[in-house]
Amino acid sequence: MSHKTLDTLVMMANQIARNMMIQGEERALPQISEHIRLYWDPRMRKAIDAHLDAGGEGLDDLARRALTALRDERAAS
Amino acid sequence: MGLIKEIDFGTPASKAVKMVTLTIDGVAVTVPEGTSIMRAAMEMGTAIPKLCATDMLDAFGSCRLCLIEVEGRNGTPASCTTPVAEGIVVHTQTERLKSIRKGVMELYISDHPLDCLTCAANGDCELQDMAGAVGLREVRYGYEGDNHVFAKQGGAANDQWLPKDESNPYFSYDPSKCIVCNRCVRACEEVQGTFALTISGRGFDSRVSPGMSEAFFESECVSCGACVQACPTATLTEKKVIEVGQPEHSVITTCAYCGVGCTFKAEMRGEELVRMVPWKDGKANRGHSCVKGRFAWGYASHRDRITKPMVRDKITDPWRETTWEEAIGRVASEFNRIQDKYGRTAVGGITSSRCTNEETFLVQKLIRAGFGTNNVDTCARVCHSPTGYGLKTTFGTSAGTQDFDSVEDTDVILVIGANPTDGHPVFGSRMKKRLREGARLIVVDPRRIDLVRTPHVKADHHLALRPGTNVAVVTSMAHVIVTEGLADEAFIAERCDLLEYREWAAFVADPRHAPETTQAFTGVPAEELRRAARLYATGGNGAIYYGLGVTEHSQGSTTVMAIANLAMATGNIGRPGVGVNPLRGQNNVQGACDMGSFPHELTGYRHVNDDATRAIFETLWGRPLDKEPGLRIPNMLDAAVDGTFKAIYIQGEDILQSDPNTTHVAAGLEAMECVVVQDLFLNETANYAHVFLPGSTFLEKDGTFTNAERRIQRVRRVMSPKNGYADWEITQLIANALGLGWAYAHPSEIMDEIAYLTPTFTGVSFETLERLGSVQWPCNEEHPEGTPIMHVDRFVRGRGQFVLTEYVPTDERTGARFPLILTTGRILSQYNVGAQTRRTDNSLWHEEDRLEIHPHDAEQRGVNDGEWVKIQSRAGETALRAVVTDRVAPGVVYTTFHHPLTQANVITTDFSDWATNCPEYKVTAVQVSPSNGPTRYQEDYDAFTKQSRRIATAEAAE
Ligand code: SF4
Ligand code: SF4
Ligand code: SF4
Ligand code: FES
Repeated sequence: MSHKTLDTLVMMANQIARNMMIQGEERALPQISEHIRLYWDPRMRKAIDAHLDAGGEGLDDLARRALTALRDERAAS
Repeated sequence: MGLIKEIDFGTPASKAVKMVTLTIDGVAVTVPEGTSIMRAAMEMGTAIPKLCATDMLDAFGSCRLCLIEVEGRNGTPASCTTPVAEGIVVHTQTERLKSIRKGVMELYISDHPLDCLTCAANGDCELQDMAGAVGLREVRYGYEGDNHVFAKQGGAANDQWLPKDESNPYFSYDPSKCIVCNRCVRACEEVQGTFALTISGRGFDSRVSPGMSEAFFESECVSCGACVQACPTATLTEKKVIEVGQPEHSVITTCAYCGVGCTFKAEMRGEELVRMVPWKDGKANRGHSCVKGRFAWGYASHRDRITKPMVRDKITDPWRETTWEEAIGRVASEFNRIQDKYGRTAVGGITSSRCTNEETFLVQKLIRAGFGTNNVDTCARVCHSPTGYGLKTTFGTSAGTQDFDSVEDTDVILVIGANPTDGHPVFGSRMKKRLREGARLIVVDPRRIDLVRTPHVKADHHLALRPGTNVAVVTSMAHVIVTEGLADEAFIAERCDLLEYREWAAFVADPRHAPETTQAFTGVPAEELRRAARLYATGGNGAIYYGLGVTEHSQGSTTVMAIANLAMATGNIGRPGVGVNPLRGQNNVQGACDMGSFPHELTGYRHVNDDATRAIFETLWGRPLDKEPGLRIPNMLDAAVDGTFKAIYIQGEDILQSDPNTTHVAAGLEAMECVVVQDLFLNETANYAHVFLPGSTFLEKDGTFTNAERRIQRVRRVMSPKNGYADWEITQLIANALGLGWAYAHPSEIMDEIAYLTPTFTGVSFETLERLGSVQWPCNEEHPEGTPIMHVDRFVRGRGQFVLTEYVPTDERTGARFPLILTTGRILSQYNVGAQTRRTDNSLWHEEDRLEIHPHDAEQRGVNDGEWVKIQSRAGETALRAVVTDRVAPGVVYTTFHHPLTQANVITTDFSDWATNCPEYKVTAVQVSPSNGPTRYQEDYDAFTKQSRRIATAEAAE
């Protein structure tokens, strides 16, 4: 995974979070997770999971929490 | 087959509902009130002689050939200008009428050359027909007197004579044959709305003249062809008809350029296309056309067209022509090898918005069922993907709500980020017609597009916003509507989710969305915005038309939802004259989206993770489908650079030129081991290809396109494919080389499969299209004849959803280093990356891309009109010539991207829409400075292109 691709993924996740934020945290969080689940290919999700495990540098708070939820949900299933 | 001759009723149909019965030549006939006697007669099959009337135009009453007698009335009124009345008794042929008509014709003919045998219009001339119809047998006046026919008169120059005007590349104007019927002038005004022609002089001196006695090419003329079509004589004639002769058969087909989807009669001689004539029954165009569809089809036989498959091992090698067997075999073995080595998901493909629905469907089927991956995307990604997302979220369906006819009932037209007169010219003309009839107009665009001020049309409000602030402007309009109590509460209560509405209303009412607040960063004066919002909310039927200026932003999807909110809040949904209407770029963008071209969804917008949907496909196709979404184009390129994506099959798209950040696209393509390009020409992407499969044009295949109104229309083959196969056949060859065992014999079978698999298409078949001409989806049991207007009684999703639309500024900001904002667009004569139009005479109108810059910014930088400038962004730099103009605001520069040398996408960045990754073409921070000519990169690229397009014909196989 190149640095550049990872930057793109972080940017995409933050962008989604920033646009969903206005719905209020309670509604936004599941929507962000759902958006990523519906539109990201598995290798993109794997890369962002790995990045999350490594500290998730650059991710906004909301994006980070939504991604964490998504990762945990997948680990559980 | 024969030549399709459309009936000319002489005057337009009346829309009245009240019927009137009269007697014509002893036969009772019933027609709507307001119908002309001429039209009523034609409806019962009686053609009254006429010259100045034609049913595309309002009656004019100048030629006096169409006279009739009405019992009990004096004189001989003109039947084209006389409306029917209850109980009148009309005679179309009496001794008196016969003699008047002969006299009229005699006068016409006495000032008309008698070279019928060698005239280009021979066999298609209404003057000739009328001379025959009235029984003209002799002309008593000679040419000795004044005439317009001969260059010399008695040895001296004839001042009345004018030479031919051959300046337009597609048609010629021969004044010596003009009968001054005024049809061309009226066509230019009424149909096209350009007002390029006038009749100068009076009486015998009067003649048609473009502009102020200019040549056609130098005038305002946009070469739409409406005047040529209207001309009853050979005065205005297609040069191709002059060259080839009159066509002998014709076939109805659909234009392959833009999303308007005009229908044409392709008029042929054998397999030679003589001309394309817009078809009056075409429901999108109603008999009109633009310069692209009407004239710019010569690319189909351009010498650059590749007709043999080619392969090469490395992209630095020259191409080697080969057989179809070898080329297809190479694709199959390479994709197999790569999937074995790097995994199933290391390959993918791109479907084309220019190919037919059937072809697009097959490409995604090949990828999903054959390759076993969902890595399929389409160029709609880079234009209208936010439309799909935004409208699906708010209304429940990924498409526009109206048909084009709806504009005829609109009172307020709101155009946001679209330039219809250039991008969707025929619809632009229909819009202008409605505006001339009195509809009001609001334009939201950073640039003063033509529509803001054109002859007899002036926008009530032009909100010249800063690029990138769409969401703020549209939300401010909602603020005004809600806080001033202009919302349509009854509609909302009945049709939308009321709780969501209340939350949304409170959100937009917040003072931070007030125009007085947002004007600081949108640049739109608060008072102007308030007035525009009031007009839209209270001016009657309000319709929103939007284009790429809305979608190609980091908040493209949000703007689409903000627009949908606005329409719902004002009750402008679900009837003629209103709605939310995306103006789609390419001919089949809508179709490509419908056909399941996106990596996450199957046909009819159903997500791949839906087990029930997948099961239907898996059963029919006999192959397992992946339930995970695949990669989008930009992510494919990222993955290629990362080494996890190795091969791609691209049908009819030029991603290197059309996608943002060219250097990144090139790096991605270069990193792949097998790039297969299927296209008409060696496009820019083909510079990086290993296999080139020559494609076919829309003239060479059967199928369907779906236009911006969701209208499915037939494309019909009029000549054999120069490359040997239609594009769908090529995809089938690949599928079968991979062992899929497809056996489609005709595209109609593919459409049957689409209909079987797609709930919104179950009623669609080639037979339906044959019967109805065209149909708008949804077309199924519930709507057997299709759906012109959507969401009539309820939204597709149930209740309309209001979505909160917060303005989030793009990360692409101007600063000291890049103080200007670059925004991009298109112009009339060229199409998209220009691969087709550049290979026609349309290039005469647009030889190169230019950079528009405001005089103030130009002066600060020492930039002069017509000189080369360098333009730099964070992504790269390029050079082109400048046009200094106040069409753009200070701080904004603008260019088109039709020419590869310009490399406008070298400077666009890879910022994109948050929801769909639609690239942010419309906002790039740049700096502009004077320069001497093309940049080093452009020169290198030019050299690289030449290098990579070499074809080693000498070693050709076979
Ligand atoms: S070609 Fe079109 S724009 Fe040009 S003069 Fe004729 S009608 Fe007008
Ligand atoms: S150019 Fe043709 S359409 Fe125009 S006035 Fe002359 S004859 Fe009529
Ligand atoms: S390019 Fe568009 S407007 Fe022009 S003829 Fe074709 S479909 Fe019609
Ligand atoms: S056709 Fe009626 S006056 Fe010319």
